[in-house]
Amino acid sequence: MPCEKDNGQFKKILGEKRLDGSGGQWREAISRVSGGDVEKTLSEQAGHYNIERILALISPAAEEYLEEMAQQAHRLTVQRFGRTIRLYAPLYVSSYCENSCLYCGFSRNNQFERRRLTIDEAAAEADIIASEGFTDLLLVSSEDRKFITVDYLCELARRLRGKFSTISAEIYPLSADEYRRLFEAGIEGVTLYQETYDRNVYSRFHPAGPKSDYDSRLDAPNRFAGAGMRQVGIGALLGLNDFRLETLALAEHGHYLMKRYWQSQLSFSFPRLRPANNVSSIQFEHILSGRNLVQMITALRLCFADAGLVLSTREGAKIRDNAVKLGITKMSAGSKTSPGGYSGNIANTGQFEIDDKRTPIQIAEMLKSEGFEPVWKDWERALSKV
Amino acid sequence: MDRLKIADKEFSSRLFVGTGKFSSSKIMAAAIAASGCEIVTVALRRVNIEDKNDDMLAAIDRKKYLLLPNTSGARDADEAVRLSRLARAATGISWIKLEVTPDPNYLLPDGIETLKAARILVKEGFVVLPYINADPILAKRLEDAGAATVMPLASPIGSNQGLQTRAALEIIIEQANVPVVVDAGLGLPSHAADAMEMGADAVLVNTAIATADDPVQIAAAFKLAVEAGRLAYNSGPASAGKKANASSPLTGFLRDEK
Repeated sequence: MPCEKDNGQFKKILGEKRLDGSGGQWREAISRVSGGDVEKTLSEQAGHYNIERILALISPAAEEYLEEMAQQAHRLTVQRFGRTIRLYAPLYVSSYCENSCLYCGFSRNNQFERRRLTIDEAAAEADIIASEGFTDLLLVSSEDRKFITVDYLCELARRLRGKFSTISAEIYPLSADEYRRLFEAGIEGVTLYQETYDRNVYSRFHPAGPKSDYDSRLDAPNRFAGAGMRQVGIGALLGLNDFRLETLALAEHGHYLMKRYWQSQLSFSFPRLRPANNVSSIQFEHILSGRNLVQMITALRLCFADAGLVLSTREGAKIRDNAVKLGITKMSAGSKTSPGGYSGNIANTGQFEIDDKRTPIQIAEMLKSEGFEPVWKDWERALSKV
Repeated sequence: MDRLKIADKEFSSRLFVGTGKFSSSKIMAAAIAASGCEIVTVALRRVNIEDKNDDMLAAIDRKKYLLLPNTSGARDADEAVRLSRLARAATGISWIKLEVTPDPNYLLPDGIETLKAARILVKEGFVVLPYINADPILAKRLEDAGAATVMPLASPIGSNQGLQTRAALEIIIEQANVPVVVDAGLGLPSHAADAMEMGADAVLVNTAIATADDPVQIAAAFKLAVEAGRLAYNSGPASAGKKANASSPLTGFLRDEK
């Protein structure tokens, strides 16, 4: 399996292709795409990637073909994944943060009552999540390196792994060795969003703290995929930059990871900027419409037949209910985005606001009424080495 | 129709059905019933094998169907062996559909790890039904290792492309001393009939049934197709010889010979 030797490679590719915001030619290329180009792309067999395909499908010209894209995305997803949607729940363990990301409610500059869960408290939260029927758990933490250490995460995973068929993590970037330790403790998937692939935009939104290091973050998926993670998740925070450009870079990143870490399953997430505690939305000029989001989801599906596509409760019921027929394969349900949110009455100090507040059972019922089987379990702990 | 014998069991249906991708357990159960199958394969990763009330397991009547657990998700021999042991401990079933698919996209089987796992599992008393690429030598190796069947793919799983591996399947069927179950890639009843006419002992179908608009009706169609294909195979069909050729450009001169 490729490992450390690959570090820095994707940075090089992104730079050479000028997808890190260093050149204007992609903006131009996207605007030059014609209806005929889109039609040609849609007449090809769906589900494989090259940059010309994603360029055509994410272009303004393709908006005219959104229904056709949706139909193809639905057919392809049913063929590859069946009429099923996997369900998971996030468990937030800390809201202390060393970073000052301009869009985030957990930013160190925000004044609110922060919380860190002890292992016992986190386990109590996990019990509630398990009692709702979930077997797929996502541990989430802000960049709280002093408290949410690798030791903490390993201990928590060891404690919880008997209760969940799979545990993954959405946490700050770690070293290759640290990711290996997580894997050995039973954390078998990692999701990390680059937030934006544009270097300049990245610096603007991440002015301080360890997260201001673009390159270390960009390289992190190499480190966790190289550590053997079965589930490798990437994404861009939608709203920071032109979503069409982000989609190009994201697709290149996904393709790169798939070819090198061929034993890991790749997934894309679609976190769209949401109102957050103490964050004004005025500073965001690239907010995505529902139509933009649908175009991005279907474009990626038509280029990646087997990638997991994840949509969280950040999105509202209308988008989520319809997205199950657009290529989405995995959803969270009943999420609480504040540490301790499942067991206590916590004020609205989550990382972002939840739009879809329905309970897990209500989500399962919605899926059934749309003709989908809600899948609570899709992994077997006995497969793990631990 | 002649019966299918695998290990110490006999079956009158030659269609295996997979349980993934259905929109509900209810539709799955109805499709299984319509298919007339007697062997139903279940991914261990998808069920709580120890739980009798598991939604999917509860929908499969164990008196009517042989539950064939599969090791979907296993990336190497160790994982597949561990999963097989878990299945047997929880259910008492010692039949296992061995799947070792390290690539999560095309889910192509790893022949090296599959053979390794098969050797271990056969020694431990499992009835092993390995999913393999259409590789005639690997099929013989598995047979030598004591596999109860071989299950070569017709085309990549879930692709509905039909018999893309025809030439290799023909060799596997010709050489096999164990039943050959064509698994993966059969998208239409005609593909299944084709495989049976070719001499496959059975076929396994999942995606083509589960993702059809009417899974129950197409399951019935697959039942008929498998039966038709088997009857045709057994009837020694007329050969589809080349068209009679009126002229014999090279030997025509012999016609005048007395």
